[in-house]
Amino acid sequence: MSASTDCLPPPGTSPGPAATAAAPLAPASLGAAPLGYRGRIRAVNPIAGSLPPEELERRLVELGFVEGAMVELLHQGLFGADPIAVRVDGVTIALRRREAAAILVEAAD
Amino acid sequence: MNEVLPLARDLRVALVGRPNCGKTALFNALTGSRQKVANYPGVTVERKEGALATPAGRQVKLLDLPGTYSLRARSPDEVVTRDAVLGRLAGETPPDLFVCVGDATNLRLCLRLVLEIKRTGQPMVFALNMFDIARHRGMTIDVARLEAELGVPVVTSVAVRRGGTAALLARVDEALAAPHVPHAAEGWSEPDAAGVRRLQKEADRILRASVQRPEAPDTVTARLDKVLLHPVAGLAILLAVLFLMFQAVFTWAAPVMELIKGAFDALGLWVATLLPDGLLLSFIQNGLIAGVGSVLVFLPQILVLFLFILLLEDFGYMSRAAFLMDRIMGGAGLHGRAFIPLLSSFACAIPGIMSTRVIDSRRDRLATILVAPLMTCSARIPVYTLIIGAFIPDRTVGGVFSLQGLVMFGLYTAGIASALGVSWVLKRFLFQGAPPEPFMLELPDYKRPDARNVLMGLYQRGLIFLKRAGTTILAMMCVIWVLASVPRPPEGATQPAIEYSLAAKIGHAMEPVIRPIGFNWQIGVALIPGMAAREVAVASLGTVYAIENAEEAPETLGAALAGKWSIATALALLAWYVFAPQCASTLVVVRRETGSRGWMWFLFGYMLALAYAAAFVTYQGAVLLGLG
Repeated sequence: MSASTDCLPPPGTSPGPAATAAAPLAPASLGAAPLGYRGRIRAVNPIAGSLPPEELERRLVELGFVEGAMVELLHQGLFGADPIAVRVDGVTIALRRREAAAILVEAAD
Repeated sequence: MNEVLPLARDLRVALVGRPNCGKTALFNALTGSRQKVANYPGVTVERKEGALATPAGRQVKLLDLPGTYSLRARSPDEVVTRDAVLGRLAGETPPDLFVCVGDATNLRLCLRLVLEIKRTGQPMVFALNMFDIARHRGMTIDVARLEAELGVPVVTSVAVRRGGTAALLARVDEALAAPHVPHAAEGWSEPDAAGVRRLQKEADRILRASVQRPEAPDTVTARLDKVLLHPVAGLAILLAVLFLMFQAVFTWAAPVMELIKGAFDALGLWVATLLPDGLLLSFIQNGLIAGVGSVLVFLPQILVLFLFILLLEDFGYMSRAAFLMDRIMGGAGLHGRAFIPLLSSFACAIPGIMSTRVIDSRRDRLATILVAPLMTCSARIPVYTLIIGAFIPDRTVGGVFSLQGLVMFGLYTAGIASALGVSWVLKRFLFQGAPPEPFMLELPDYKRPDARNVLMGLYQRGLIFLKRAGTTILAMMCVIWVLASVPRPPEGATQPAIEYSLAAKIGHAMEPVIRPIGFNWQIGVALIPGMAAREVAVASLGTVYAIENAEEAPETLGAALAGKWSIATALALLAWYVFAPQCASTLVVVRRETGSRGWMWFLFGYMLALAYAAAFVTYQGAVLLGLG
């Protein structure tokens, strides 16, 4: 399970203003979470990538990724542990880690 | 209050909802078999309309709008739904009422759509569908609270149970009784990210206030997914499902096919007893009955294939298949979402190409459209089964698998492999440099497939096939018969009549081009009308050989071919049909969906080149191996 080792990347690797906010728990991105990870969405912080950030943010929000929602990483693919299937407040969504990197999460209390 | 006023026009109600929310099941339950499937003017979006009478006696036209997650439409299907909701869909009267359908077991994303539609100011009723399953799972939904919070009438429904729509119909009556002039919504604008987020948070607040979920939700889906989405076992199961599907196409359909074939043979003989020998009898017996019969015989196989696709879709497995295949297809330059269009293309490339609309990026969509016709569509089944049946011995391999089934599986694999290869080349050389489109997809909870939905889907697919057999194929059969029958042979002719016909002249003219790939002139003749639709080639061969052998004892087409072709020719024809771009309707749809003649000709050209090359290599190789 290579994914489990990079579950909590150093804060600098999660770009964007939200990542710089000092928090007791270092915010990690869902994109780097290991199989079985449970947490809460801290922020949806789109990064430029395959889509313009605003469009990526809207699509993620439309699928239910909003601040405060509980997430659990249920399944991952065979190659490169990608894509992932995430349970978001009762809905299961499949997405790639590349886009999931825009979703900042913190461990559930 | 429910007094019905005489109206000059039909009342119109439209169903709107997310994909997988049971909207189609509800539509089927409300309209029964009184449905019309057509296209919206100018776009190839399926328009489904049905009729129903409400308890108060209102005659209502019910429109089933394409599923959408939001009014922020991205695909042509979603644009139709958005424009219909806003009352500005060209050629459509704005509906008098919208019924927003939501899956009661999974309301989170539905509620945001309800709030979005409510903001347009259109009259609406919110139907909580699958209410029985929600209750069964231990969910408590406070309908009155939901209604108060949303500010729209809320009603529960169970589409799959008799009487499960009574409350909904009563609510529709009430809503339609209110005086209302259908109108276009004004002042709507697309919400930005903050707007979408606000709506979703409002939806979440309403959900928390009115719905209580049990601690452990739907364990069945979770347990099934542990196996079906397992990185290794899941892929193995997916392959096994596909393999089973193709074995079933061959073995399950066979008895019914025998029946159909027997019926057409009997019909031909019966006609022969009624009519005097001559041109008219030849036309009806060899042209119409032999031609159309040789295509209709494949209806059972097409139904078996669609049965699998519809069952898997209804069960909720198709999006899982896309999840499992995303990375593998990504290696070939295809998007995970392309899996569903490509799988549909096994039935027919046309619905496959149309369903590429779920792919948002134009580049990914174009790549999928360009390779979809390489998937083995059901129109190739007649060609494959005819040749496999005639040339591949009917024995079992390893005790279980039929050799004929294995060859069929091999042909399907060749189609898939070539699709992956072509898309890899497209990505490598044509579309290089663009960032990959994201893959985001809801994996709905599994549910038991609904018999009525599946049967309705099968009925509609079967009807489309029969219509083709009755129109395109029938017309081409008439042409082929004329070409094969005129001019009549001279007095004292020594060769079969067809040798003197126009068809033979055309076929012989083509011979220099097709001889290197092992085709004789009869195949050449069959390839021309086969441009209209691939299965016509079989019917044409049926007609050509029926006329050629008219003097001899009637034998099956397969037996006739086995006596006249070498194995090398048969294999070359199989190879040809893996690639042949021979379907006029597909080309038309490609032009429409890509908006360009150029891409259509590109598709035609590259497939024709591949077909010729594959047939050439196969034939020459087989001859070298002594099969010529």
